[in-house]
Amino acid sequence: MPGDLQDGRIVIVGASLAGLRAAETLREEGFTGSLTVVGDEPHPPYDRPPLSKQVLLGKASADTTALPMRRDTDADWRLGVAATGLDPLEKRVMLADGESLPFDRLLIATGTRARPWPNPEEASLDGVFTLRTSDEAGGLAERLAAGPGRVLVIGAGFTGSEIASACRERGIEVTVAERGPAPLVGALGGTLSKLAAVMHRNHGVDLRCGVTVTTLRGDGNGRFTGADLSDGSRVDADVCVVALGAVRNVEWLAESGLAAGPRGVACDAGCRAFNMYGIVTDDVFVAGDVSRFPHPLFGYQMLSLEHWGNAVAQAEVAAHNMVSPGPLRRPHLAVPTFWSTQFGLNIKSVGVPTYSDHVVIAQGSLEARRLAVVYGFQGRVTAAVTVDMAKSLDYYKHLIETAAPFPPPLGSADRAIAADITIPSDVPDPSGLSHGPTVALTGHLPDRRLTVVQPTG
Amino acid sequence: MDSETLLARITDYENRPNPYPLYAELREAGPVVRQADGSYLIGTYHEIAALLHDPRMSADPRIRTAPSPYPSGETVKPPFLRLDDPEHHRLRTLAMRPFGPPHSPGRVDAMRGEITRITGELIEELRDRKQIDIVDDFAYPLPITVICRLLGVPREDESLFQAWTDSIVATADIGPEEDTTERDRTGRQARQEMGLYLVNLAEQRRDRPTDDMLSAFVNEPDPALRLSQEELAETTVLLFIAGHETTVNLITNGVLTLLRQPEQLDHLRREPGLLPRAVEELLRYEPPVHMRERIPHADIDIAGTTISQGTSVVLALASGNRDPRRFHEPDRFDPTRPDNQHFGFGSGIHLCYGAPVARLEAEAALGTLIPHLSTASLVQDPPPYRQNAMLRGPRHLPIQL
Repeated sequence: MPGDLQDGRIVIVGASLAGLRAAETLREEGFTGSLTVVGDEPHPPYDRPPLSKQVLLGKASADTTALPMRRDTDADWRLGVAATGLDPLEKRVMLADGESLPFDRLLIATGTRARPWPNPEEASLDGVFTLRTSDEAGGLAERLAAGPGRVLVIGAGFTGSEIASACRERGIEVTVAERGPAPLVGALGGTLSKLAAVMHRNHGVDLRCGVTVTTLRGDGNGRFTGADLSDGSRVDADVCVVALGAVRNVEWLAESGLAAGPRGVACDAGCRAFNMYGIVTDDVFVAGDVSRFPHPLFGYQMLSLEHWGNAVAQAEVAAHNMVSPGPLRRPHLAVPTFWSTQFGLNIKSVGVPTYSDHVVIAQGSLEARRLAVVYGFQGRVTAAVTVDMAKSLDYYKHLIETAAPFPPPLGSADRAIAADITIPSDVPDPSGLSHGPTVALTGHLPDRRLTVVQPTG
Repeated sequence: MDSETLLARITDYENRPNPYPLYAELREAGPVVRQADGSYLIGTYHEIAALLHDPRMSADPRIRTAPSPYPSGETVKPPFLRLDDPEHHRLRTLAMRPFGPPHSPGRVDAMRGEITRITGELIEELRDRKQIDIVDDFAYPLPITVICRLLGVPREDESLFQAWTDSIVATADIGPEEDTTERDRTGRQARQEMGLYLVNLAEQRRDRPTDDMLSAFVNEPDPALRLSQEELAETTVLLFIAGHETTVNLITNGVLTLLRQPEQLDHLRREPGLLPRAVEELLRYEPPVHMRERIPHADIDIAGTTISQGTSVVLALASGNRDPRRFHEPDRFDPTRPDNQHFGFGSGIHLCYGAPVARLEAEAALGTLIPHLSTASLVQDPPPYRQNAMLRGPRHLPIQL
């Protein structure tokens, strides 16, 4: 590595939110060397949250969600070409067009893609969609605008629920099939999933829980016509959206020797990638959805987050550390946050709700559809989720950051009787869900304790 | 202990023209500063921000059990500005229905043309004048006309509501160790009369709606979303007063700040695109609302000090806006300031309801005035201030054109 960290060649693989923010930050921090950003999609970086909301509602078109560039990145944008491999010794990134890019430092920000329907033949039926990219959102929005008779959504995680909500808002009949006991249960646990189920049904969603879709059916001419469910029932629909969570884009790193697997690329708190032996690299950095990083607030478990805010914060830390000498490097310790809007509700979360054993409704109530649920693990606050009560979130974030005792202190306004009763958080085993969780604790689940055996004598 | 008299000194009329050195003293004295009467004063940014988002802090004066620098005697249900959730949320949501998103997303934006027209007329009337009073000739007429239009109040009744407003605003003032009995009585009476006046106006619109908020309130078709008569009175009095009282100060403080700093005035004349950011900076640098009171529902710990349930806590928002731990060179007026998350509109659940209108009005007013200020000078500096320490601003701002 050249002595001057502000110079040399930096390659960023991944041209989405994390890649863009990293590129901007590198220049803000004074990097003057050559900068190349590689992206497999032909589009410049765009924003994804609107794709499952405004775009499906027909309020914005899929090609209008481009991310604003906050400054000129003076980068060579290699769009529409995928990275296919990494040679860590020669320090080169191989590209699908046969070229290879030499680098002094590399940032991996390849994110995730939608998990496809497992049967490729069924997945290729006309009318079957996944929703992750702008092109996918554009295609689905077009189909919804055409007024389908019924839409089948497979998976009731955040994406699936937002799609169902958008369909209902447009007056389209929709069936949601979820393998778990209720929508959002994998991300938010039992209490809020009950509210989610009520909201689906009150808005006219045909919600089927505890079932899986076994077969997608076509009309013989390649058009999707419906699906068979594990309970023996059948759903007739013209459009199917497969919302089974995300797959991390790590395949291109298979021969790289990095600690890259289905749960992401492991890195230290400074975003430096680990190799497969757990040795930290100093020239390969990771940020965004594809990363897995240790977090002290959650028992130093490795976290994988698919959250907008994490992509931004981690990209900024990674970029800073790429151009800073060791003692000036910063850790990425942001408290995870995310939001969703569905069925007229604004849902915001801080912390890691799945890292919990109990919850308490600290403010509001399920009946009022306006509440703050606080999550605790082994007697301390680890997360909070608000429904139409986002202004309290900063307060709960502070409780998480300071490892405040659970249940939280008394005295909150709008405190229901239920506020004094803690109940099990009821976070299911992720393997029982249709969709992947948007937060994965990739170390051990909180219900499993590790015992350190102390040597005697 | 000098710091125990800080609130008394801040509210002392002597210091109205420049309370900022006292705020600096407050921040120096620590994050939580006990006052001689047992109340607390808080002037550091991060503590204020935390308390404004803390659901254990109440805005409701009725839960106070210990001394307060604010007047007492409020026994009836206060307007939503001084209520807690869920009641606050219900009333604010109902008040928001005819005003903003999601039910009335276009209401404020539709006022743009009208605001431009009003500012144009006001400046036209001043064309041949050599000396004007920014308050009486411009900063007051603009927001009063706008709020009358929004609510649907005839502008001709001005003499009535100016007197009511003065009495009501006086009761919202802050000042320790003063006998406020008479002031409070007058204020209560004004509040009742004004409420009655506004409810009567609204009643005239029942089934005959004109395009304004009073009409919308009484013609709401869903009975579950209607305000009771008492709530309608409290809410509309609040909207009427808060809808113009503070904007007057924002515009006046803006003109005063720019005339004191000709290079910034020049900068804005050359770059009118900076105006929205200049308004944000004004809200930080010279905010119309200087202090708000909160009362803890339970004993709470702030930066190592335990404040008992029911004790009055005064948050000095204007001091938080000048906290050097939050803002770089906080005493400098800089319209290009990045990351300007000020308390000009408060924060948390009571975040100013009318902020979108206030921003539009301040931008329009300053945008209209700036081209005429190049050769203007202050007749009096500092200008005469209004009595109120909490809603701080000049009573008059005479300038020579």
